[in-house]
Amino acid sequence: MKSLDELKAIRDKMQNQVKLRGENSNSIRVVVGMATCGIAAGARPVLNAFAAGVQEKGLDNVTVVQTGCIGLCQYEPIVEVITPDGEKVTYVKMTEEKAHEVIDQHLVKGKVVTKYVLSPDMLKQ
Amino acid sequence: MYRSHVLICGGTGCTSSGSGKIAEKLQEEIDKNGLSKEVQVVKTGCFGLCALGPIMIIYPEGSFYSMVKEEDIPEIVSEHLLKGRVVTRLLYNETVTENGIKSLGETNFYKKQHRVALRNCGVINPENIEEYIGTGGYEALGKVLTEYTPDDVIKIITDSGLRGRGGGGFPTGLKWKLAKENHADQKYVCCNADEGDPGAFMDRSVLEGDPHAVLEAMAIAGYAIGANQGYIYVRAEYPIAVQRLEIAIKQAREYGLLGNNIFGTGFSFDIGLRLGAGAFVCGEETALMTSIEGNRGEPRPRPPFPAQKGLFGKPTILNNVETYANIPQIILNGAEWFASMGTEKSKGTKVFALGGKIHNTGLVEVPMGTTLREVVEEIGGGIPNGKKFKAAQTGGPSGGCIPAEHFDIPIDYDNLIAIGSMMGSGGLIVMDEDTCMVDIAKFFLEFTVDESCGKCTPCRIGTKRLYEMLDKITKGQGTLEDIDKLEELCYYIKSNSLCGLGQTAPNPVLSTLRYFKDEYIAHVVDKKCPAGVCKSLLSYEIIADKCKGCTLCARVCPVGAISGEVKNPHVIDKSKCIKCGACMEKCRFGAIVKK
Repeated sequence: MKSLDELKAIRDKMQNQVKLRGENSNSIRVVVGMATCGIAAGARPVLNAFAAGVQEKGLDNVTVVQTGCIGLCQYEPIVEVITPDGEKVTYVKMTEEKAHEVIDQHLVKGKVVTKYVLSPDMLKQ
Repeated sequence: MYRSHVLICGGTGCTSSGSGKIAEKLQEEIDKNGLSKEVQVVKTGCFGLCALGPIMIIYPEGSFYSMVKEEDIPEIVSEHLLKGRVVTRLLYNETVTENGIKSLGETNFYKKQHRVALRNCGVINPENIEEYIGTGGYEALGKVLTEYTPDDVIKIITDSGLRGRGGGGFPTGLKWKLAKENHADQKYVCCNADEGDPGAFMDRSVLEGDPHAVLEAMAIAGYAIGANQGYIYVRAEYPIAVQRLEIAIKQAREYGLLGNNIFGTGFSFDIGLRLGAGAFVCGEETALMTSIEGNRGEPRPRPPFPAQKGLFGKPTILNNVETYANIPQIILNGAEWFASMGTEKSKGTKVFALGGKIHNTGLVEVPMGTTLREVVEEIGGGIPNGKKFKAAQTGGPSGGCIPAEHFDIPIDYDNLIAIGSMMGSGGLIVMDEDTCMVDIAKFFLEFTVDESCGKCTPCRIGTKRLYEMLDKITKGQGTLEDIDKLEELCYYIKSNSLCGLGQTAPNPVLSTLRYFKDEYIAHVVDKKCPAGVCKSLLSYEIIADKCKGCTLCARVCPVGAISGEVKNPHVIDKSKCIKCGACMEKCRFGAIVKK
């Protein structure tokens, strides 16, 4: 290493990884359903897409975690985005591509991607 | 990119409780479940809660698993890592509450802690330089080399109020300034990692958990005083620390962070490792330097001080591991930030190794000025089995006791000296009502008798005589005159010894005499040991009314000192009894008493 810039490049690369190891109570939580039903419907790639996307974009205020079955197995993979004030948006039937869209729109810009959100109409059918 | 990181403690404490095997098993299970690209296993340094090892933390959830066994691993992988279901039964029980799971930062053990020197311990992989860089590592060195003059650096360290963490409490900035002002063709930067106090393991944990912080700080010190060579003197009894230091030095050289022309600034600095052969006196600065030079580790008189004539007769600074671990943070966050923590004359934080009669044996870092009560009762979890706090021993064989009457004293350098103890390197041994203070003083004197290098008479012969007097008292053969002589000899040794070892060796005796003289008098006048420790002053007796004559005691007695007929009261022959206490432990009727 011959310059400070090289040091900075390594730091930037490693920083987002090491940041995962900390407690951040003021963060937006992305909760991916990873029970048997979720995994069977393809939740693993969705979870990984969120985890990787958040780290790549350096979204310090977002934590990606897993959870068990929330009871709406037919809508899996389900992803909930919970803000620190407790507001919750539930995305259903997620895929990797949809995950990228949610990262770009919702997590970065703060716009809910309504077309993937669980609506009361769905539950009535 | 990994979605989850599993941190396993690879410090000495958890390694000895089996964390190495657990890490292997974990990797195996992760591979088996096809998670190897999603989950990263990281072996870190010490988390501090050594009593509950092996310890494992899983992020991003921050689940803190304690006392993990190999057979728990498949469950952790298939439940937590695969399905996201935390294995509650293995969580550190303090984090599990009726209202769900508390974060680690809210538990009593961590709540009052503030980690500066230990900030990376238990967070990064100490064998990977890039993880250290990822937490801002080597940025302080870069900043110093490109933005500051050596005088600027010394001013920042001076303004921060940092004092030597090895125990002496000498202002670090002043030490560096003195070394800088001495002009010479060669200067040295040394690190004292010869941690020898019984029960102390702060420096070991820093070296095992964050070795690069020490290397970076030594390079900064080299720039400040004008030195291009450093030495770390580490005891050979710390194999994991030695190994991680070797790896760290090698990586730092590969990345050009040690060696010639660092960051292209023309500044060169390299570090060599020297292993100590297990002599306590080599923790004393002049003896340490003599040992690095390749000679027998004996102290030499001061002055000249190391800042004038140190290693190989050249100006040298010697700082302790924990002192160095604070330096990069002070450079990055500023002197004011550091000076905002602590008390008026003791700034920053201090790491303590908690041991003895306490629930949470382990490593804690608290701001200076935290009271002993907070450390023992809140962070340490109090004393087991409902026993009463009697005293805390700080400073090892050079320090003294803090009795219960000073339980609320804010811990800092000057307060501890005022009450006859000292900060020391940070060992904090808690003693309960079952501890005999004369016996404790004897224990430390036995240690210093062994470790005295023998160069000067007051220490070599004086400590031996002190030990003999204490031994006489614990055997019930002492007189009141002996207590006076004991005290007189203490002051003589203190004022006439050559180095810190002898000058402080009588402290355990003086401080126990100061606070627990009644115990000495009980040993001498009443021929009793109030705590029931000193064997020569004890006797076991059977209360005839309570004895049912079951013969159990007679059967367990290893020397056949108990006799009696079945269903009749038994008696102990005191001339045969070796006072092992086996009979009292076994008696189901409480018929045997210790007097």
